[in-house]
Amino acid sequence: MQQIIVFLIRNKTGLVFILLFSVAFALTLKSHSYQNSRFVSSTNLVTGSVLELSADIQTYFDLKTQNEILVEENKKLRHQIFNFKPEIDTTLVEFQFEMDSLYEVKKSKVISNNYDAIDNYILIEGGSKDSIFEDSGVISSLGIVGIIDKVGANYSRVISILNTNASINAKLKKTNHFGTLTWNGKDPNITNLIDVPRSAPVKLGDTITTGGRSLVFPDNVNIGVIENFELDENVGYYKIDVKLFNDMTNLGKVYVIRNTRKPEVLELINDNSE
Amino acid sequence: MKTSLLNIIRFIVLILMQVLIFNQINLFGFVTPYIYPLLILLLPFNINSVQKLFLAFVLGLCMDFFQNSGGIHAAATLVITYLRPFFLRYSFGLSYDYQTLKFYNTPFRERLAYISLMIIVHHFVLFALEIFSFSHLLYFLEKTLYSSIFSIFLIIIILNLISKED
Repeated sequence: MQQIIVFLIRNKTGLVFILLFSVAFALTLKSHSYQNSRFVSSTNLVTGSVLELSADIQTYFDLKTQNEILVEENKKLRHQIFNFKPEIDTTLVEFQFEMDSLYEVKKSKVISNNYDAIDNYILIEGGSKDSIFEDSGVISSLGIVGIIDKVGANYSRVISILNTNASINAKLKKTNHFGTLTWNGKDPNITNLIDVPRSAPVKLGDTITTGGRSLVFPDNVNIGVIENFELDENVGYYKIDVKLFNDMTNLGKVYVIRNTRKPEVLELINDNSE
Repeated sequence: MKTSLLNIIRFIVLILMQVLIFNQINLFGFVTPYIYPLLILLLPFNINSVQKLFLAFVLGLCMDFFQNSGGIHAAATLVITYLRPFFLRYSFGLSYDYQTLKFYNTPFRERLAYISLMIIVHHFVLFALEIFSFSHLLYFLEKTLYSSIFSIFLIIIILNLISKED
């Protein structure tokens, strides 16, 4: 017994090192699996408010570009309103939203944005106090940004599409051939669309959008254009490089989208599996 | 008492500098300098080794909270803190053994060796844990090399800026 205590005291540095290192290593392992990196995150009040202060200052230098992006988006929306339903009144004020809408949209802004790691996360404003929920989709006016994976009281964390753990249902806009959008960890402007069947007519410059098959994003949200592709002859699937519409290195205002009927759908799916 | 106060201020200032300034730097899309190990580099040489390890763990974990990176900064900082006595002995030799070492009085060559060893090992562990797969081996080596060079360069500049006050 005495020898054990002497041993412990003599090697206390090494033992403390091994203990703390194991804790750090366990946290690292958790962060590499998709749903489990919950404990160490910047959604808490201290890190959130420091990053928000920094983002507030930086926003000023970016106001001009952000304004232009907003005007551009407004232009597109106006265009859609004028052309899609010419009979409705053109003043937006009288445009009544359906109370029982399928998708609920909230505005938010990016507080901290990573894109130089393999698994990137984005911190956005708004948390459970602002009724933002986990597994909601996040898009900007140009295209998709990511999926919310952790909600704090005032801040939420988004798994960026630039995260090797992310996989999002996407399709060719023209022909509705589905595939899975992933990222190989290299270029923050390029993501990869895999598992597109051989029969799909893949052409350079075609648009890729989200497919309606996930419960996260609505159908037809823009993602990017095909920049390069190759057919894997062994399995008969295309591997497509998609150039994003979004500049993921410069994000400002974003929208959080929640499918309000998701609980109902999940319930039905769970019933089925029992 | 005075040194512990100095270290608390250093701790906060270094974390804020790292998060607010240096994390925003992104040369060529993948080179980010990490200067917060400076706290470990400058710790007193006679500090209790267990205390030192806990300090390193907390420092690294703070960075992890800001970066959403699990425990990679904590692990990397722990490793260099644990190995620091060996690096000190290797870089400064006898003057470390006789406890007569004054950091700012040492020759530049020895200081550079010490800083480089600490930073390269730190970045090696950091990026190995971050990338965590053999399929990005080349990317990992490039990132470690370029980020280390950049960090060492910045740390030497910062050391030169603050050395007059000490």
